[in-house]
Amino acid sequence: MTVRASKLTRQRVRAAWVFLAPMLIVLALVAGWPLLSTFSYSFTDKTLTADSETRFVGVSNYVFYGPNLNDWDDELDGYFIVYEPDDALLVYRPDTDTFYDLDTDQPYADNVDRSQIFEWQGLLVDGLWWKSVWNTTAFAVISVALELILGMAVALILNANMPGRSVMRAAVLIPWAIPTIVSAQMWGWMLNDQYGVINEVFLGLGFIEDRLAYTANPLLALPSVIAVDVWKTTPFMSLLILAALQLLPGECYEAARVDGVHPIKVFVKITLPLIRPALMVAVIFRSLDALRIFDLIYVLTSNTRDTMSMSVYARQQLVDFQNVGYGSAASTTLFLIITSFTVVYIALGRVNFGGER
Amino acid sequence: MADVTLRNIHKSFGELEIIKGVDLDVTDNEFVVFVGPSGCGKSTLLRLIAGLEDITAGDLSIDGQVVNDLPPAQRGIAMVFQSYALYPHMTVQENMAFGLKLAKESRQSIDQKVGDAARILQLEELLKRKPKELSGGQRQRVAIGRAIVRNPKVFLFDEPLSNLDAALRVQMRIEIARLHEDLNATMIYVTHDQIEAMTLADKIVVLNAGVVEQVGSPLELYHHPHNLFVAGFIGSPKMNFMTTSVTGVSGDSATVSLPGGAAITVPVQGGRLKAGDDVTLGIRPEHMMEGGGGDAQMPGSVFVVERLGGETYLYVRGGTDDLITLQAGGDSTAKSGDTVSIGIAASTCHLFDADGIAVSRIERHPLADVGRGKGPGSRAETPAEAG
Ligand SMILES: Nc1ncnc2c1ncn2[C@@H]1O[C@H](COP(=O)(O)OP(=O)(O)O)[C@@H](O)[C@H]1O
Ligand SMILES: [Mg+2]
Repeated sequence: MTVRASKLTRQRVRAAWVFLAPMLIVLALVAGWPLLSTFSYSFTDKTLTADSETRFVGVSNYVFYGPNLNDWDDELDGYFIVYEPDDALLVYRPDTDTFYDLDTDQPYADNVDRSQIFEWQGLLVDGLWWKSVWNTTAFAVISVALELILGMAVALILNANMPGRSVMRAAVLIPWAIPTIVSAQMWGWMLNDQYGVINEVFLGLGFIEDRLAYTANPLLALPSVIAVDVWKTTPFMSLLILAALQLLPGECYEAARVDGVHPIKVFVKITLPLIRPALMVAVIFRSLDALRIFDLIYVLTSNTRDTMSMSVYARQQLVDFQNVGYGSAASTTLFLIITSFTVVYIALGRVNFGGER
Repeated sequence: MADVTLRNIHKSFGELEIIKGVDLDVTDNEFVVFVGPSGCGKSTLLRLIAGLEDITAGDLSIDGQVVNDLPPAQRGIAMVFQSYALYPHMTVQENMAFGLKLAKESRQSIDQKVGDAARILQLEELLKRKPKELSGGQRQRVAIGRAIVRNPKVFLFDEPLSNLDAALRVQMRIEIARLHEDLNATMIYVTHDQIEAMTLADKIVVLNAGVVEQVGSPLELYHHPHNLFVAGFIGSPKMNFMTTSVTGVSGDSATVSLPGGAAITVPVQGGRLKAGDDVTLGIRPEHMMEGGGGDAQMPGSVFVVERLGGETYLYVRGGTDDLITLQAGGDSTAKSGDTVSIGIAASTCHLFDADGIAVSRIERHPLADVGRGKGPGSRAETPAEAG
């Protein structure tokens, strides 16, 4: 008996691995491999320039104290330095930590004031990076919060018994179904300062007196991006919430009616606690999406500093500046931020699940 | 505490009329059971009383007050649902206290009421558990406890036992009967299970397709069914029906022919029948005698035998369209293929006219007007059946 059972168990385990294997292999190829490559590039000075040699540079892409990294010269095997106090041309070689005269290639006789030459560099001291981290965070927090509230409202409306709600459900999905590139471009035109329809409408209604450049104005750019994202993603949120609402035990609500519980109390004390697990999942889905936001921002506002997200920053480094090493460092940091957010969120969520009364 | 009065109650969902004019008087302290086949509108009628559905037409009063337009919470009712309807995220204690808390009752009075209900229902050990940690029977007790703490005028139950297994159902049935006695409350109870109806009710309301077929005490329905539907619905196994015709009538009897050639003279008010009328003769399986005897006999051959130990059911082919069911003793030796003679006592026969309406029996059954567990006549307020 026991022998047969364990044989059966082993068969099941084997079958499970056989079924999982294709997915694991594909994941390793399309997700694991690029991730590992990016991670390793982030410790090199790799660029997209064809003839340049790639060096291991440790954590220099993240943080580095020394001469300007861009002044590295392979032929000199050191940094080319214009030392202004002496008007001298020098070479700094990190392996010997010594300054050399460019012409003589002999150690430089005079004392060099390093503070004139050395500076903190790397991703972690880059103001633009931190600006993009801030932009991304603000974008994620505000848009997910708005989507949660609006999505909940839409879901509650769709969940109510009313005529034509199946048509409504389908209609609500349209913004989510349109590819982001298309809807972003569409909104880009609608928000355009010269011929955009939004300006026409707001002018007509008297909300504004002059046409506004929504995507170019530093104060309006991020709010505009958030508004479009909310328009696009609220349907997804409301559908997830609607699915949770439909699973709620209907008799509980009738019991609450017999108990004479006010509808708002019913929502707070019964509905919310019961759909909380689904809300947690919906929020984490959306947060992960929002933290790596790229397409919407890039199409609407390109590389503007005011709206630059972490992904836009990484793309700019990787593609525009061809700094694969540095861009990889940004990508890796983005990955680490998202991972730690997820871990913390799930851990806190668990604690609450357990402590829930 | 309270009586409930329904006057010509109608309920339609859109075009579809589900409740088609129900009149009913539930008196104070009475245990009334709505019984009927699935989909006949029992739950709908109960939900109309609860206020969970709007009444399309008619008047509903509780305790003398018309409550058609009152929300459920103000009707003085409490409801126990089929699938318990406990709040899954709250403990037993919180489930029972929830309504009271939101009604801003004092902590002390809540604890008192919840404690009392928990004691009555033996839930004291379970107060800190969540519904998912309880068995079906315990959940149903919590649901009942939540009803008790509301101290309602009327308890409404919608098939409260149908999700429980057979043994637990018997036990809970007894508890509900005891609860009715202890609480002295008016209770309205919906079930499709006629055993529950027979054992619990002071008064049974038989519903069919949105109309009341008959209202009466359990034994009144058993011994004096108004029509074919009630006769067939009450009693298990179902009453045997044989279509036949009248061969002779007198003021206090009607003679009908039996399959196989015999005739039987049934003591009913035969005055409204005449010879040649098509009628249906109804005889309960437990009133048919294996091996002859009685006032008349009919022959048949045994088709299937079901032995339940205490009794044996014989399904007999005997010149009728349907098989005849006969309840024999547990030690009956009959086997399939045997010929049997079925004995029939005239006093146990029911006669229904061509419209399916019962022809009144001459003698009223002595227990027909006796309420459940009470002295004779204590619930005898239903009028004798019309002729
Ligand atoms: N909310 C509703 N909308 C439409 N039809 C309903 C609704 N509730 C019940 N019905 C219909 O009313 C009939 C009676 O239902 P119900 O009272 O639940 O029967 P039961 O006697 O089995 O409890 C059924 O045919 C059912 O489909
Ligand atoms: Mg029902």
